[in-house]
Amino acid sequence: MSQRFKDIDYIDLLLWLFRAVIIIIVIWGTVAKIFLGRGNAYTADDWIDFFVSGLSQGSLYALIALGYTLVYGVLFMINFAHGEFFMSGTMTATVFVALPLSASGFLDEHPIIGMLAIMLTAMLISIGVAVLTERVAYRPLRRAPRLVPLITAIGASFFWQYFFRGLYGSSLVPFPELAVLQGKYNLFGIEILKTRAVVVVASVVMLVGLYFFVMRTKTGKAIRAVAEDKDVAALMGIDVDRTIAITFATGAAMAGAAGVLYGLVFRQVHFFMGFVPGIKAFTAAVLGGIGSIPGAALGGLFLGVIEAVGPPLFLEGLGIPGGHQLKDVIAFTMLVLVLIFRPQGIIGERLAEKKA
Amino acid sequence: MKRTFLFVLLITLFALVLSACGGQALECEDALGCVEVAPDDPIIIASALVITGPNEQLGLDSQYGVEIAIDFYGDVLGHEVQLQPEDDGCSAEGGQTSAQKIVSNPQIVGVIGTSCSGAGVPASKIVSDAGYIMISPSNTSPALTDPETHEAGYLRTAHNDKVQGRAMAEYAYNVLGVRKAAAIHDGDPYTEGLASVFRDSFTELGGEIVAFEAEAPDATNVEPLLTTVAAAGPEFIYYPVFVSLGGLITKTARDIDALDGVYLAAADGVQSPDFLEAAGSAAEGMYVSGPDLSFTNETYDRFLSTYQEKYGTEPLSVFHAHAFDATTLLLKAIEEVAQEGDDGTLLIGRQALRDKLFATSGYQGITGTLTCNEYGDCADPKIAVSEVKDGAFEAIWP
Repeated sequence: MSQRFKDIDYIDLLLWLFRAVIIIIVIWGTVAKIFLGRGNAYTADDWIDFFVSGLSQGSLYALIALGYTLVYGVLFMINFAHGEFFMSGTMTATVFVALPLSASGFLDEHPIIGMLAIMLTAMLISIGVAVLTERVAYRPLRRAPRLVPLITAIGASFFWQYFFRGLYGSSLVPFPELAVLQGKYNLFGIEILKTRAVVVVASVVMLVGLYFFVMRTKTGKAIRAVAEDKDVAALMGIDVDRTIAITFATGAAMAGAAGVLYGLVFRQVHFFMGFVPGIKAFTAAVLGGIGSIPGAALGGLFLGVIEAVGPPLFLEGLGIPGGHQLKDVIAFTMLVLVLIFRPQGIIGERLAEKKA
Repeated sequence: MKRTFLFVLLITLFALVLSACGGQALECEDALGCVEVAPDDPIIIASALVITGPNEQLGLDSQYGVEIAIDFYGDVLGHEVQLQPEDDGCSAEGGQTSAQKIVSNPQIVGVIGTSCSGAGVPASKIVSDAGYIMISPSNTSPALTDPETHEAGYLRTAHNDKVQGRAMAEYAYNVLGVRKAAAIHDGDPYTEGLASVFRDSFTELGGEIVAFEAEAPDATNVEPLLTTVAAAGPEFIYYPVFVSLGGLITKTARDIDALDGVYLAAADGVQSPDFLEAAGSAAEGMYVSGPDLSFTNETYDRFLSTYQEKYGTEPLSVFHAHAFDATTLLLKAIEEVAQEGDDGTLLIGRQALRDKLFATSGYQGITGTLTCNEYGDCADPKIAVSEVKDGAFEAIWP
């Protein structure tokens, strides 16, 4: 008996208690909400609204999270400037393409061509910014200790923020509204805002496309080889620097596209818009398992949905007023929980000694 | 003997030189110390306004008011007045940084700022603790002049939101005839204070607050929030937040079917062209409460024409006149309390300046007759409700 008690690690016990408390709180809140009907009375449509808006927000997180995950997979480095890749493309495309096209009426006459042009510009600019950052700020530090590029990334993030603030000013820029995307689609009796639907569909298409790019093409294979072992990959005749640049470019292209979708939904952009989504997407990437592409997608969607559904569900059930401003608390509590109990993320693989 | 004589001579000369330098030696007897301004030096005042970011128009507008006030006032006792502009960032961190920077310069006599109440809370503490004085042209949160939380060196020429929240509640209840309202804030002292006053006043009038919600100021997805609000079935939604969140809420609310025909209303935090541009057509028909700018006095006419001439724009926001009054009050008080040396040296006592400003009574400014109470509320508060019509704010009440 006494031997058994000695074996218990008190830290572990504490962590288990912590986990149990959080789960009990969530279940308690949910039960109170659903069965005792605390707080507002929501209809089924309301719950669908929560879910769909969370899903579209989550697919934006997922697209941005891909950039974190790809770069981490290859370089084991958190690229904190990724939020700025997202912002730079969108800001530029809005100011130089979207607003002029909208003013001339072209965007409403040819919405598809217009949107493609906006998206292409955003992706190209994001790629340009990313490749430049990689070349100037990260490549010279390839062999430096891991903390060094991390700090450089934070510096790069500030640099790009204030660079674009200098270019476009610090006020909000309205993103044009597309006439064709106003209103709602009716899917099996469920009303969904057109912009939301477009965002979800576009994200899924891009996620699947990226997955095939990495898994089925030669370049993708090179990326995976570099992720596995840079030195051996080089010995096999893979241009490591070029592959790393391509990885950055791919992530940035996703971020640029995500930025335009962000503009479509929220209809306003500004120089600081990359910060919060960047942090959230990083959270999503860690949630899903950093380094894994399906993990980033899943983590993003999960985070978006829990942010939207969590406050009305269990926070309101617990009787907490003004729950929606606490959605960040939910997001980051999730992060802490995952870091404590499943450091490899929801579907991440356990990292080998060398990678960890 | 000769050496002694030389020594005495030197001492005498030295003493003469010293006394000449000191003029008739001004003595600082102020409890909080003095600012000494040398004969040809300028008098330095600082501003801490939000001059970058999404809310920059709020701060720039006030800063223009300060600059024009300095121009109009001219030299103070033969000294030029110089402005050191700082940025309050419309956040607690920004308020703290700008205040720290200001109090680290002992030559700064007083501060015009901050723009945002959220910045004002930490800034007023730092500025007051250092013995400085600040007059805010646009902080409206009740907390700043609450007897419990007021800082000794803090005054304001902007209205207290106890007045603004009440005015909006009256407009909603009496004019629009709504009985169920919702309020949304972002946790900032300004927005939370205003939303709370609105809630209390509306309930007092006999209405019902069906939802009192909060959202993070940097939120992007506000649809869940509005779905929650819509489920409570309000006829009127008041969201006294800033430009970014205000624009998002306005646009998203138009997408939610359950909010069709619900009145939307915001406050002076969004009363700028930036907001109209960000919100676009979604803002049409919404109501905005803010200071009543229908002043009819000569100074304001002259002020407006100078503003347009100097900055080439219509006023960007609604607190330029309050900033003008705040600056003029400060300069006038400096002029009255400064001790003047023979050579033009000024000695400005910080406690004396404080006492002078808090004793302001019946001062005729642009914004009305200003009288400061012991907690720093100086405004002659007049609130107007505007409606957004054809992409412009149009005052409709009272």
